[in-house]
Amino acid sequence: MTPDQILFIVTALISTLAAVMVVSRRNMVHAALFLVLTLFGVAVAFVLLEAPFLAVVQVLVYIGAIAILMIFAVMLTRNVTDDSGDPFNKNARVGGLAALFVFSLLVVMFGGWSQFTAYPQAGDTSGSIVQLGVALTAADGYVIAFEVASMLLLGALVGAIFVVWPRQNENE
Amino acid sequence: MTDPLALLGDWLLNLLAQLNLPPGLRQVILYLLGVSVIATVALVITIFNTWLERKIAARIQDRLGPNRVGPWGLLQPIADAIKMLTKEDTTPAAADKVAYNIAPILAVVSVLLIWAVIPFTSQWFGTQLNVAVLYIAAVGSFGVLAVLMAGWSSNNKYALLGAFRAVSQLISYEVPLFLSLLIPVLLARSMDISVIVEKQATLLEMYVVAAPLAALLFFISSVAEVGRTPFDLLEAESEIVAGYHIEYSGFKFGMFQAGEFMHTFTIAALTALLFLGGWQGPGVAQAPILGLFYFMGKSFAVYFVTMWMRSTLPRIRIDHMQALNWKILVPIALTLLMLTPIVDYFTKDLGVLFSAFGGALTLSWRFAALLLTNILVTLAAIEAVRRNAKRNFVERSRFPERPVARPPREEAA
Amino acid sequence: MHNSWLFIGIFILVAGVFPALPIILFHIFGPKRQTPEKLETYECGMETVGQTWVQFKVQYYIYALIFLVFDVEIIFLYPWAVAFDKLPLLGVAAGVLFIFLLADGLWYAWQKGALEWS
Repeated sequence: MTPDQILFIVTALISTLAAVMVVSRRNMVHAALFLVLTLFGVAVAFVLLEAPFLAVVQVLVYIGAIAILMIFAVMLTRNVTDDSGDPFNKNARVGGLAALFVFSLLVVMFGGWSQFTAYPQAGDTSGSIVQLGVALTAADGYVIAFEVASMLLLGALVGAIFVVWPRQNENE
Repeated sequence: MTDPLALLGDWLLNLLAQLNLPPGLRQVILYLLGVSVIATVALVITIFNTWLERKIAARIQDRLGPNRVGPWGLLQPIADAIKMLTKEDTTPAAADKVAYNIAPILAVVSVLLIWAVIPFTSQWFGTQLNVAVLYIAAVGSFGVLAVLMAGWSSNNKYALLGAFRAVSQLISYEVPLFLSLLIPVLLARSMDISVIVEKQATLLEMYVVAAPLAALLFFISSVAEVGRTPFDLLEAESEIVAGYHIEYSGFKFGMFQAGEFMHTFTIAALTALLFLGGWQGPGVAQAPILGLFYFMGKSFAVYFVTMWMRSTLPRIRIDHMQALNWKILVPIALTLLMLTPIVDYFTKDLGVLFSAFGGALTLSWRFAALLLTNILVTLAAIEAVRRNAKRNFVERSRFPERPVARPPREEAA
Repeated sequence: MHNSWLFIGIFILVAGVFPALPIILFHIFGPKRQTPEKLETYECGMETVGQTWVQFKVQYYIYALIFLVFDVEIIFLYPWAVAFDKLPLLGVAAGVLFIFLLADGLWYAWQKGALEWS
C-alpha cells in the first residue's frame, strides 16, 4: 500500500465513525461537533484527490458557516443539557436495513465502474482555479448557472429573513 | 551573499542522506523540522509581544510597565508563564470535559496554521499554496468553533452568552474580511501570497496605493476578528465577566490569551504582506535576507497601530458593533468590489502614468485610477454616513421623555 | 502540490502538539486541591440559579444566516478574481452583476430591519 492509500483509509474510517456518532449521540451539540469532524475528513479526502480548492471551500463553507449555524440553531432552539431523548425510534431497524441495501447497491454499481479505481494524476493543478473562474463566467460556460446561483442565494436570504422576522415582532 | 538557512538546510539534507532513510520518510522528517521552526518562531514572537505590548501600553498611559524581571523587564513573560504553572488546573464539575479541554488547543491551532503560508523572505516560507488566501480564511473558522466549544462546554451562563456574542461578532466581521481579501487577489490575479507579494515590487506598486480603502477595511475587520479593543465586547467585564473563557484557569486560559496575542501579530503580518509588500524593499533582489527585516519592520509597524488602538479607544457598544459592520463596512466593501474590477478592466493596458528615480517610483494608470476610485468611494461613504447620522439624530430626539428618579417632594414628607 | 499539503498536514499535527504540551504539563505538575465548592460553576460567587440554557435573541441567528449566504457567494468570486486577466468584458460584467445581487440581499435585510440590534 502506498502512503496515500493508508492516509485515505484512516481518513475514511475516522469520517465514517464520526458520521455514525452524529446520528447516534443523544447530546445534540456533541452530534454537531462530530459532524465537524466528518466534514473535515471530507476536506482531507479532497486534498488527496488533488482538489485543494474544493478542500478549502469545504472547510470554509461547511465547517466555518454551516456547522456553526447548526450549532447556533441547536443552542438557540433547545435546551441541550436536558436533551436526553432516545435518538432511535421503532423504525431504526428498517432504516438500518434500507441503508445496508443502498450501500450494497452502491458497492455493486461502483465495483464495475472503471473510473473508480483510477487514482488522480499527481500534477500541477494551479491552472484549474483559473479554468474554473473562466468557465464560471464564460458565455459558452456556466454564466447562467453562476447568476442563477446568485439569485437562489438572494432568494434564500430573503426567505430566511421573511420566515424569522415576523415571529420576533409577535414576541414583543 | 549566501543564505544561512539554505546552508543549514543543505547540511541537514546531507546528514539525513547518510542515514539511508527511504525518501518519503526523509521528506516527512525535513518537513517536521521546518514546521517546528516556524511554529517556534511564531510562539517566540508572541512571547516577546506580550512584553512589548505591556511596555508600549504603559508608555502611552504614562507608566513604566514591566521593569523588574531581567533587563527592561524582558523576562516578565517567562515569570508570567511560571506563575501560570502554579495555578490550579480546574475543570468545573458541570463542564463537558472533552470539549472543554479541546477548545483552548483549537484556539491556538487556528492561528498557528496561518503561519504555514506566510513568506518571511522570497526564499523562506513554510509552503506555497495556490489557494493560500482562502486557506487563511478557512483556518479562521476553527477559531470560531473553539469559541463556541469553550462557551458551551463551560456550562456557565456568562460563558454561553459571551460565546454567542463572540461568534456573532466573528462571523459578522468575516464578511467584510473576506470581501476585502478579494481585492488583493483581484489585483494580483492570484491567491498565492508569495505571488501577491512579488507583484508589489516597488513603493507605488504596493496595494495600499491601489486599494487604501480595502486595506483599511481589512485591518478593521481583522482587529474585530481578533476581538481586541475596541472590539473586545466578548469579554466585557461589567456585563458578562470574562466571556467565553470565564471558567478557564492557568495554562488553559493562557492558551486563549496566547492565541489572541499571536492572532494580533498575525493580522499585522497579513496586512503587511497583502497591502504593504511584505518582504519587498530596496536591495532585496541582491540580498534576499534583507526581506526578513522589511517584513518584520512592516509587521511591527502595523502591530504598533493595534497596540495604539488598544490603549486609546474605548470599547464599542454591541449594537454599534453590528451596525458598523453591516451598515458601513459591508456596503463599502461591496461598492468597492463592484467598482474595482470595472476600473481595473478598462485601465489594465494603459501603461505607465509617470516614472521617477529610475523606476523606483512608478505609478501606472491602472493604480492611479484605482486610487481615485478608492478616494471617491471613501468620500461618498463619509457623506452617506453623515446624512444617515443626522436623520438618526432627529429620530432619536423624538423619543418620549423617560421617567427619571427624583428626590421625594417636601409636601410628601 | 501534494508536497505542500503534506506540509500542511504535518503543520496541523505540530500545531496541535504545541499548545497541548504545556496544558498536559500543567495538568501533571499544577497543584490540585479540588473541593466541590471550587468546581462549582463560577457566576460571581452567587449560587447558580436554573439552567445554563436561557432564551437567546433571534438576532444572533439572523446574523449567522446572512453570513452564511455571503460566505457561499464570496467563494464563487475567488476563482473569478484569479481568472480576471483571461476574462472577456462579459465575464467581468457577470461577476459585477453577481456582486450587485449580493448587495441587493443586504439592502433587503437592511430595509426589512433585520440588521437592527433591538
